[in-house]
Amino acid sequence: MTERYDVLVVGAGPAGLAAAQAAASHGVRVGLRDAQARAGGQVWRHDVLAGVPRLARRSIAAALAPAGVEWLAQTRVLLAEAGDLLVEDPQRARRLEYAALVLATGARELLLPFPGWTLPGVTGAGGLQALAKQDWPLAGKRVVVAGSGPLLFAAAATARRHGARVLGIHEQAGREAVARFAVGLWRWPGKLAQAMALRAQLLGTGYHCGSLVRRALGAERVQAVEIEGQHGVQRLDCDLVAVGYGLVPDLRLAHMLGCASEAEGAHERISVDGAQRTSIAGVYAAGEVCGIGGRDCARVEGAMAGHAAAGAQARAAQLQGARRHARAFAAQLRRHFALRPEVRGLAEPDTVVCRCEDVPLCALDGYTDSRSAKLATRCGMGACQGRICGSVLAELGRFPRRGDRPPLFPARLSSLSGEAAANPRDA
Amino acid sequence: MSGFDLIVVGAGIVGAACADYASAQGLKVAIVESATIGGGTTAAAMGHLVAVDGVPAEVALAHYSLGLWEAFADLPQAEFSRCGTLWVAGDEADCARIPDKLARLTAAGVHAEALDTRQLYELEPALVPGLGGGVLVADEAVVYPPGVARHLVDRAQRQGATLYRHRAALADYGVTLGDSTRLHGPVLVATGGALAELLPELPLRPRKGHLVITDRYPGLIHHQLLELHYADSAHGEAEASVAFNVQPRPTGQLLIGSSREFGKLGAEVSMPIVRRMLERALHFLPALGELQALRIWTGLRPDSVDGLPYIGRVPQRAGLWVAAGHEGLGVTTSLGTARLLVDQFLGRMPALDPAPYDPARVLA
Ligand SMILES: Cc1cc2nc3c(=O)[nH]c(=O)nc-3n(C[C@H](O)[C@H](O)[C@H](O)COP(=O)(O)OP(=O)(O)OC[C@H]3O[C@@H](n4cnc5c(N)ncnc54)[C@H](O)[C@@H]3O)c2cc1C
Ligand SMILES: Cc1cc2nc3c(=O)[nH]c(=O)nc-3n(C[C@H](O)[C@H](O)[C@H](O)COP(=O)(O)OP(=O)(O)OC[C@H]3O[C@@H](n4cnc5c(N)ncnc54)[C@H](O)[C@@H]3O)c2cc1C
Repeated sequence: MTERYDVLVVGAGPAGLAAAQAAASHGVRVGLRDAQARAGGQVWRHDVLAGVPRLARRSIAAALAPAGVEWLAQTRVLLAEAGDLLVEDPQRARRLEYAALVLATGARELLLPFPGWTLPGVTGAGGLQALAKQDWPLAGKRVVVAGSGPLLFAAAATARRHGARVLGIHEQAGREAVARFAVGLWRWPGKLAQAMALRAQLLGTGYHCGSLVRRALGAERVQAVEIEGQHGVQRLDCDLVAVGYGLVPDLRLAHMLGCASEAEGAHERISVDGAQRTSIAGVYAAGEVCGIGGRDCARVEGAMAGHAAAGAQARAAQLQGARRHARAFAAQLRRHFALRPEVRGLAEPDTVVCRCEDVPLCALDGYTDSRSAKLATRCGMGACQGRICGSVLAELGRFPRRGDRPPLFPARLSSLSGEAAANPRDA
Repeated sequence: MSGFDLIVVGAGIVGAACADYASAQGLKVAIVESATIGGGTTAAAMGHLVAVDGVPAEVALAHYSLGLWEAFADLPQAEFSRCGTLWVAGDEADCARIPDKLARLTAAGVHAEALDTRQLYELEPALVPGLGGGVLVADEAVVYPPGVARHLVDRAQRQGATLYRHRAALADYGVTLGDSTRLHGPVLVATGGALAELLPELPLRPRKGHLVITDRYPGLIHHQLLELHYADSAHGEAEASVAFNVQPRPTGQLLIGSSREFGKLGAEVSMPIVRRMLERALHFLPALGELQALRIWTGLRPDSVDGLPYIGRVPQRAGLWVAAGHEGLGVTTSLGTARLLVDQFLGRMPALDPAPYDPARVLA
């Protein structure tokens, strides 16, 4: 089964929604696809208790309503071939052709290994937030939130709304760095308001700067954490620990399409020009894939990419000022929440790095490239194909992950074979 | 300037096996490998240790090698798993071919038995209903080829061999390395698909293959399953062909092959042939359809013009030897290749008649 779009948008977070809406405003046929069950992406993930914020509701409605936008949830892109994508939903595989493609595939959470991080009850910060929104039982649970960046506030607030007792938020960045970040916030009034609202929801929850979860303790599941902070090392009993060190752009589809990328710290982001064009003709990118920038940045870039993909270059160009402003915020975030070297030294030799294949850090000693390490240790060979350990090893300064192959997600063999996926050009 | 009894260029499974056996015979050996040990075609292989009937000299080399593989059955790095090979007959015409196949394997010394329909489904209930029978070779096994290559190089080093991590170019009686180091001595070229760079006179065609690996589904199948017609694809001259070939890995994963294409040199995955290959696999094993695939990769089989590897002295070139061109069977035949080559090098009588593999055959 083949469908054809003038503009195909992959990812229905703030960037993808804005792109679909902008493209549709020019009367072209737009396809919008996302792996999740609902539109909204990571930040506007539907909460079973609270729904989504007003801005999210409006953005989702505005993007999905116009005639010409065809939205399908639970659809994963498995691979790219020339001029089309092979996608899979719970029932079948399809082939999507496009004249222009907008990549709004977002980011995933950066998890860094520390002793005990694989114990049940230890999650990412964004991971905990997502579980809470799906009504994972949190009532009365003692939760420690740790890691780095503003996502910690959001995760803690969501957990509290769902009845958790948040024992504290532990930010690795030092007090001075965080203070300088807060002082600069007046330049982005929207962000300031967001931060104040979150702070209000978190009254009574301690926010500790310069503080690290060094170790999770427990037999069957986590029972306590060891925290190193301003006042030395402290043990805290808890039921859940959520640790996230920020976000890493998800470039797998972009790389499969051949889009050029550039360094963002130890990781990579897609290179785009002033109209969100990537190095591949007809392929645009917007939002976190172009570098971690947050919701507002994603919305502006999404709109630019949507206009440009529909051929309205002038409309896209009008948004360049707004984009620069939003990107400046991202630069502030990166600067002030930069990871301290201690964070990269938490893993011990026997700490598991590749969770799919149970490979400890010491097994990788002596390897200088991901392929040799993989062939010798199975690191990155499992179901996640290095999505987690690849970012870990890049961040730890070992080696970057190379050589992704299709499919981008585990895929039914029937989707990769046979009629459903057959390309008319095969013959 | 260093002198050696034998300089082995290339540490794929073939070069590694030769270096290991040569150093075990007391030779002073150098190993030169420019990339990851066992990271070439060896890292793309299924690792099935199998005798494929068809070309008699190939079966002979495979059978000789299978005996040598027994020494690796308990080596953890080899991940040796004796799953056996089950050749599946599709229709009646296939079944009519069973006695012939059995006779050819038996003549080569391979212990094989015919299966009727009932026996076939007892062994492999997941096979599609309606198949006619098969041939079981119970002793055959699978290994993890890059792990074996690394083990052989490690062992060679313990036996005194020296490993150089460089690209080698041929020089007068020896090689020059990427950093200009000169190594002196007779040279064995075991560079697999890169043979033409050093020995352009020996024709070699890359024959591309695709494999698909799944998540873990232990117990779905128990033997390496191949269609009886497999050799038609392996030995045929078709531009592109596929065959049913599915392996249970010791991890519980399934490794699905196989495809063969001439004229494709890149590493990229090409979906049209993957689709054909999976359609064939799903035809024989419908349960595969709902299983999750994790990764698709490719490899280039080094194919000589007549389906047999080049093993022996290179004519008209002093001090040059070759072991390359093993197409889709080089993991299996690597150990026999090493014996055949090093025994000739040492002037001993090899266990097999070396004539069919003599590179002189293509230069006449
Ligand atoms: C017995 C066995 C079992 C295995 N089991 C697993 C397993 O369970 N899970 C698993 O993940 N892997 C498994 N592997 C496979 C392994 O991860 C490699 O994929 C395999 O070694 C093939 O290597 P490759 O040459 O394709 O390079 P890979 O290691 O696959 O790396 C890809 C290489 O190809 C290049 N490349 C990628 N795409 C393109 C392109 N479009 N065009 C050009 N070049 C490209 C890259 O730059 C890189 O050098 C197994 C291998 C073997 C031998
Ligand atoms: C998809 C697929 C499935 C297969 N399945 C099986 C199977 O189930 N069973 C089986 O028996 N066989 C199988 N094979 C075949 C087997 O993989 C090959 O026959 C075998 O690996 C060839 O080994 P090699 O050492 O000759 O080549 P390679 O493994 O390619 O080694 C050559 C080495 O030489 C190095 N090199 C090249 N030039 C230089 C230089 N100038 N200086 C230094 N180093 C150099 C390279 O870096 C490389 O490491 C399969 C092959 C493929 C592609």
